[in-house]
Amino acid sequence: MALLELERISAQYPGAAEPVLADITLSLGPRQLLVALGPSGSGKTSLLNLIAGFVAPSSGRITLDGVPVQGPGAERGVVFQDDALLPWQDVLGNVAFGLGLAGVPRSQREQKAREMLALVDLSGFGKRRIWQLSGGQKQRVGLARALAADPRVLLMDEPFGALDAFTREQMQALLLQVWQRTAKPVFLITHDIEEAVFLASELVLLAPNPGQIVERLQLDFGQRYAAGESARAIKSDPRFIETREHVLARVFSQRSAAQRQESA
Amino acid sequence: MSSLDLPIASKRTSPQAPALKAKRSLGTRWISALTLAVLLLAWWLVTAAGWIEPLFLPSPGEILAKAWVLLTQGYMDASLWQHLGASLGRIGVALGAAILTAIPVGIAIGYNRIARGILDPLIEFYRPIPPLAYLPLIVIWCGIGELSKVLLIFLAIFAPIAIATATGVRTVDPAKLRAAQSLGATRFQLIRHVILPSALPDILTGIRIGLGVGWSTLVAAELIAATSGLGFMVQSAAQFLVTDVVVLGILLIALIAFSLEMGLRALQRKLVPWHGQSH
Repeated sequence: MALLELERISAQYPGAAEPVLADITLSLGPRQLLVALGPSGSGKTSLLNLIAGFVAPSSGRITLDGVPVQGPGAERGVVFQDDALLPWQDVLGNVAFGLGLAGVPRSQREQKAREMLALVDLSGFGKRRIWQLSGGQKQRVGLARALAADPRVLLMDEPFGALDAFTREQMQALLLQVWQRTAKPVFLITHDIEEAVFLASELVLLAPNPGQIVERLQLDFGQRYAAGESARAIKSDPRFIETREHVLARVFSQRSAAQRQESA
Repeated sequence: MSSLDLPIASKRTSPQAPALKAKRSLGTRWISALTLAVLLLAWWLVTAAGWIEPLFLPSPGEILAKAWVLLTQGYMDASLWQHLGASLGRIGVALGAAILTAIPVGIAIGYNRIARGILDPLIEFYRPIPPLAYLPLIVIWCGIGELSKVLLIFLAIFAPIAIATATGVRTVDPAKLRAAQSLGATRFQLIRHVILPSALPDILTGIRIGLGVGWSTLVAAELIAATSGLGFMVQSAAQFLVTDVVVLGILLIALIAFSLEMGLRALQRKLVPWHGQSH
């Protein structure tokens, strides 16, 4: 199984004085759902872009199964915040896109794409055009597209951030099911505290200026959901509420610290 | 002229007023069609009443009759079809060559910094020059044959397509590029599967603009140096004061420009149905 490792990663935008991320060490192993939670400006998206290979770190090492990450590649699938689907292809074409790039013959890749659409509850949507889908359906197509290429790890960049609250809860549940069934390690970033606590098997809390990890938590609410407990029961569990309040307090203490720093 | 329009205007409002009341949202197309009909009626009226000499403006009937004569007997040793074919052939060859060269050049400008550095100033230098201003130079270099006319139209069409393509390439959604890269796309696959389809709406707009410029350049070039083509037909007819052929030629030129534009719009709707969707 895949093991993604980040060793003492720092990143800096060209020309900027302050680094965006400083000294990040992380590892993502099999059956893990690692959630990075942080306010805007804490370098969440930069962290994901580093792992995906869209940008290179200024120092440190990123390896997947011991092989250094150099540029984007199919072994690290990405789900984007704004779906980034290709409107000139229908749903099936979008899901099969990665396999087409890899040279998989048409019948085979369409077969695989249909399986992935079934996995995200979109069977029968293959011939739809992208602009005929709702926001939640687009995100599910984005997830199916990333999974169809059979990546070793799945990276998700605030995938449910643009969805309404109701759809977001459905998508969280769907993600946990898919995670359970495919057994792929997932790295997800979000600014939604409840989402982070609910989904994460490991939660890292990022603080800004420069982006750094201030807390790591091992959680099991996602596993409990995947094992069959209902989402409402989990979210009203005193332990869930306690964890959520703890994380919330940490986020706010950082923010007031940052404000004190600014006013000083 | 305004005094002449008055009776027509009053004629026009009387049948239309109840229609407007019955159906408030009269389609825009119907309003346009009505405008054309009124214009034709005015033309017919002023010529039928003999208010204008046929030398200045022949009647619609005479034009139609002349069209039949031109189709069957021809004008200046060539039938109307041959004049039409000559013009359409020139613009067709020039357009084909421009599409084949301008799209790769536009992609290179939009995608590659060095190609942009080399090609951008060249295109921006010659693009604002009216094609007729460098026609004399082309005639000196290439003579007065077909080559100089096709070359002139080609140059007129090339710049809009190349610039529109480059703009389209530069405005490709970076998230789509990253999505394809994270699915393992190579450089060539990125261009083929993401950049080219993303830029297609802009490319088609560039072709539309280029074709418009090319058509006016073609007619102007034929007015100056040609022995066939619609522009030549109009020009030589004007020298002999054959007004009906002049008017007919102008109408045909307008009609072709209009159908080219409409055809391309239809093509745009067919090829890029996602354009303008809320995606």
